[in-house]
Amino acid sequence: MKIDIILCGVGGMGALSSAAIISEAALEMGWYMKQAETHGMSQRGGDVQSHLRLSDEPIASDLIPEGQCDIILSVEPMEALRYLPFLHKDGWVITNEKPFVNIPNYPDFDAVLAEVKKIPHHILLDADAIAKEVKNPKGANMVVLGAASKYLKIDIEKLENAVRSIFGKKGDAVVEANIAALRAGRAVADK
Amino acid sequence: MEKLLLLGDEAIALGAIDAGLSGVYAYPGTPSTEITEYIQESKLAKERGIRSEWCANEKTAMEAALGMSYAGKRALYCCKHVGINVAADCFVNSAITGTNGGLVYLAADDPSMHSSQNEQDSRFYADFALIPALEPSNQQEAYDMVRYGFELSEKHKVPVMMRVTTRMAHSRAGVERREMLPQNEKSYPADKMQYILLPAVARRQYKALLDKQAHLIEASETSGYNRYIDGTDKKLGIIACGIAFNYLMENYPDRKCPHPVVKISQYPMPEKMINRLFDECDEILVLEEGQPLYERLLRGLLNRGGKPIHGRLDGALPRTGELSPNLVGKALGMTVSEGMPVPSLVAPRPPKLCDGCPHIDSYTALNEAMKSFPGGRVFSDIGCYTLGALPPFEAIYSTVDMGASITMAKGASEADLLPSVAVIGDSTFTHSGMTGLLDCCVDNANVTIVILDNEITGMTGSQKSSATGRIESICQGIGVAPEHIRVINPLKKYFEENVQVFKEEIGYNGVSVIIPRRECIVALNKRLKAAKKNQTK
Repeated sequence: MKIDIILCGVGGMGALSSAAIISEAALEMGWYMKQAETHGMSQRGGDVQSHLRLSDEPIASDLIPEGQCDIILSVEPMEALRYLPFLHKDGWVITNEKPFVNIPNYPDFDAVLAEVKKIPHHILLDADAIAKEVKNPKGANMVVLGAASKYLKIDIEKLENAVRSIFGKKGDAVVEANIAALRAGRAVADK
Repeated sequence: MEKLLLLGDEAIALGAIDAGLSGVYAYPGTPSTEITEYIQESKLAKERGIRSEWCANEKTAMEAALGMSYAGKRALYCCKHVGINVAADCFVNSAITGTNGGLVYLAADDPSMHSSQNEQDSRFYADFALIPALEPSNQQEAYDMVRYGFELSEKHKVPVMMRVTTRMAHSRAGVERREMLPQNEKSYPADKMQYILLPAVARRQYKALLDKQAHLIEASETSGYNRYIDGTDKKLGIIACGIAFNYLMENYPDRKCPHPVVKISQYPMPEKMINRLFDECDEILVLEEGQPLYERLLRGLLNRGGKPIHGRLDGALPRTGELSPNLVGKALGMTVSEGMPVPSLVAPRPPKLCDGCPHIDSYTALNEAMKSFPGGRVFSDIGCYTLGALPPFEAIYSTVDMGASITMAKGASEADLLPSVAVIGDSTFTHSGMTGLLDCCVDNANVTIVILDNEITGMTGSQKSSATGRIESICQGIGVAPEHIRVINPLKKYFEENVQVFKEEIGYNGVSVIIPRRECIVALNKRLKAAKKNQTK
């Protein structure tokens, strides 16, 4: 059993928090894991990515080989497309459909979504809107993670425990808001 | 013991604390910053009184680490690869003085230049200075190797380099801790002359360093960090250094390579293992994460009719950039998996200055002022403000090394390129800008130095800046006339008056300093958040 995941987005959107939550849950399950992150200059509004590898056997490379990634989990639709060379032919792309425009040459929104729809296995969701519905406007990353949880082979309860452990310091309100976003995302995937 | 989920950097930090560290000395630099930060934030380190504040630059940091080692204690120095350039004088000479307490120099290289201006390979420095280098292939090795590095350093009385790359530094995995060692007691070097590099002593010490080499090679053969893994298919023998070993193994799902492999994580090279590989195999493939240092050494200048040696130099692997599982697979002649191409509409999303960043207002005002001085040039430096090179600012014309803005502006002004303006951050100024400013004052150069003071080391993630609260007095002390040290507030509402200040000082024939001062927006938000959290407690 192995799952290779790329989590991506734009610096500050919470892609790395999602990676930390999956890692925590995987560690609790006794899996091997490696998680490579982008730090430093690229965090200033640039594209960020994390390679997250989970397996019940020891893992060799910190980087996912091209064409082997099982899930691309993105908080921004154009960013999801950036990592397609890594996606396995049967892999899933699960992405927020709400573009984050901080460059002057951002492509046509509909064309971006059309490219996502060409991928055989994909889930597109308006994570920003869903996050607002559950009164957690900053929780789009949790919504996307919830939607992806269906394909992660990790029980959603384990992810919820990881949210409690990681956000616990920030208080119960933050924990509950993030769990609500996680569940709302999962509900979309289950539909 | 419990497994902890740690970044490579954190594993190194914890490994050092558990190995009896007494002090860490460093200047922030991606991808090495998290090591020192981890120690600064560690309760355990605090309880044990481990010294961990940031230093002014890599040279002062390394020299202080050498001083702690002189006093018999275990010291860790950390920097990004280019930091070794700054500290190179101490680096090379400390190999000749040797050590007393264990001394580990950690260099974090950045192949592919994710956050750097070059991809130099620090192993060259270790080879050049004739000291051992350790290159972990996973986080557990990173943890264990710091301890081993201190032992090796104390046994052979040499500093030991530990070299990691971005992927190692910034990748997380489970790490098991070992028992904690006490710190060393203070002790004096046995030989009073050991650190006095007068020529007569230096010749003796250098000879001693050369005599240590055979022992260091022996350590590389026997430490267990280098391994000869035999294989049945001897058409090819593989030398896999550091994390390149992982990329090799990724290509074999059962983790069994049919070819003999020498896994290298400790230098100097284990000569017996390399000779055996060379004797038994028809061709050699060298996998190095970084520059082809050992591939070149093995090939030599005259590899005429010798066994073929493959790697970055013959095109089996790309000449530059990070390795990856698929690049290594291709070098092995395998068919590797491919995904889908990136759709052509995907636009690059380069990093940019944050909304509300004070540098935005500084550059906007500077650009406006420079319109009055056609033919002028703005020389810049290393920091977030380097992003002023990109649209919409396109304000700067150089970024070379820490502090070069000031001295390049000086040199250009002396070639009658006027006006020559330097833009440098507060932390970069105290790192390596002060001596350049002294040159300007001594020569009364016609330059304008803009010290962007956001009161923090910004780009590496809000570390304390040694410059905070000191810039005006430093500039005055160095010799800048007080009336030409101008502090401005880089805010939109002061645009007109800020442009005026820039124009006046750029127009002045002599050394002037303008200090746009406003707190980094990221640091400000962090501070407000922390204050709010404390209030609700």
